[in-house]
Amino acid sequence: MTFPKNSVGLVTPQRYVCDTPLALQNGDTLDGYELVYETYGKLKADKSNALLICHALSGHHHAAGYHSEDDAKPGWWDACIGPGKAIDTDRFFVVSLNNLGGCHGSTGPRTLNPSTGKSHGPDFPNVVVKDWVNSQVALADHLGIKTLAAVVGGSLGGMQALQWAIDYPDRVKACVAIASAAKLSAQNIAFNEIARRAITSDQDFNEGRYFDAEKNPERGLGLARMIGHVTYLSDDGMGTKFGRDIKSGDFGSGADVEFQVESYLNYQGRAFTQYFDANTYLLMTKALDHFDPARETNGDLVEAFAPALCKFLVLSFSSDWRFSAERSQEIVDALVRAKKNVASAVIESEHGHDSFLLPIERYVAALGTFLNQSLAEHPNQADGEPI
Amino acid sequence: MTLRGDLVLIRDLINANARVLDLGCGTGDLLANLQTTKNVNGYGLDKDPANIQVCLSKGVNVIEQDLDTGLSNFADNNFNMVVMTDALQAVRDPRGLLREMLRIGEECVVTFPNFGHWRCRLQLGLGGQMPVSKHLPHDWFNTPNIHLCTTQDFERLCREENFRIIQRRVVNTQYTEHWSIQLAPNLFGSHAFYRLGRTA
Repeated sequence: MTFPKNSVGLVTPQRYVCDTPLALQNGDTLDGYELVYETYGKLKADKSNALLICHALSGHHHAAGYHSEDDAKPGWWDACIGPGKAIDTDRFFVVSLNNLGGCHGSTGPRTLNPSTGKSHGPDFPNVVVKDWVNSQVALADHLGIKTLAAVVGGSLGGMQALQWAIDYPDRVKACVAIASAAKLSAQNIAFNEIARRAITSDQDFNEGRYFDAEKNPERGLGLARMIGHVTYLSDDGMGTKFGRDIKSGDFGSGADVEFQVESYLNYQGRAFTQYFDANTYLLMTKALDHFDPARETNGDLVEAFAPALCKFLVLSFSSDWRFSAERSQEIVDALVRAKKNVASAVIESEHGHDSFLLPIERYVAALGTFLNQSLAEHPNQADGEPI
Repeated sequence: MTLRGDLVLIRDLINANARVLDLGCGTGDLLANLQTTKNVNGYGLDKDPANIQVCLSKGVNVIEQDLDTGLSNFADNNFNMVVMTDALQAVRDPRGLLREMLRIGEECVVTFPNFGHWRCRLQLGLGGQMPVSKHLPHDWFNTPNIHLCTTQDFERLCREENFRIIQRRVVNTQYTEHWSIQLAPNLFGSHAFYRLGRTA
């Protein structure tokens, strides 16, 4: 098989083993940890073109390209990462990692706890967005990158990008938050809680110690994914994709009718349980709920953004109701009041929250133009020199 | 790149390092120019995707926002200057928007095509047709201009609202002030330019 011309092609995950302890926000300390990551493109000699991808709830390090010739699908954000694409690997050195607490190779609930000889399971600390950013900084240090040309993320990934801008202002030049929010709404938290309850009420959940018992709370995790999926799509989008089409059965004969949309959701739920960990799902949704950088500034988001030095791009989608355009507007309004450089666009799309993963023409053009333009503003940079 | 005549007039009014909001910023020419020549911290609002894309390519702080949704998301006194070029006649609530401009900005600059220009009067008064001109190129059925006014109308509104007219320039299609305009601006000026402040 040959890969498409604008693909980064064959990629191999790499592993960063960190021996430096990481102090977590909840007071715990991780003595050491491992992060699995991929890179695409070439790092310039002056290291001025590094771009970090932050993943969302169910994402991971494999954002672009293929792991083998036989891969049916490329990485999860291949629509936007590659030579000549919005995140242009001819210009940028792209770093994409699996976050701490994930289930795709980085240290997380499934990793063996050396002191017990069992997996961490529910005992893995509740890491939050700030912890991820701190671990990403360690990875950047490991790669010799002092300043990132850009941090880019959608949804929960966008929250990490914002946190970077706040916590490490001298280490990031551009921040892109796509379909994200400065904090979740009550409705959004409510959906997360329903998903968590689906998982924890599954008998096989076993208080989180299912992995060593060789069980998997498949019904709960699958249900959580189904709920998520509905909220990531829009009514119109589902109507276009499935309508009232029937997969099997017949209204006339009395045979049980299964709509296409049911079949799709059931399939998505089942498939998810085969590659995702229930404890990671709980951890990721908690991190989403807790994110609120303004909590440190008495609820004042303008004040929270005060330290930032980079320029911002805030993108949202017209039909996204899980992370609506209004949430993005809140980010923009606070950034304007904080006198930060910010641009925004609300992209017309019927694909709901999932839009940020799709190659929507205007979205891709806006993202690519912003990134290339901001890279051109800072063409060179001596290594280690502050901006 | 050379700036359009009316934008040059506006640029000359803006101090270095000012905070500027450009309502209906289009392709961002004014802001891009102000950023490089006056180190201005500027933002532009626009609703047209093509315009926004051009602004992004210039590194302009463009924010997607429809002026008809208002400016309530901006804080009081957040800008030194709020600019609106040739959009007043196309918004749903011109008076409300002007009030808002002077709430969020210390001063504002507004420009609009003067419907009192003799050509307009001639086309409507003698020709019996809705005027079509360089500044008003649309037909009545597809025009975005729903609140056209004359300089006389505009100044009456300013009096009623206690807006302070700091400066007025009425120009012709070449953006120059011909002697005839000085004589009878509402008759000979095709384009009006007002710098407004709040009444103390």
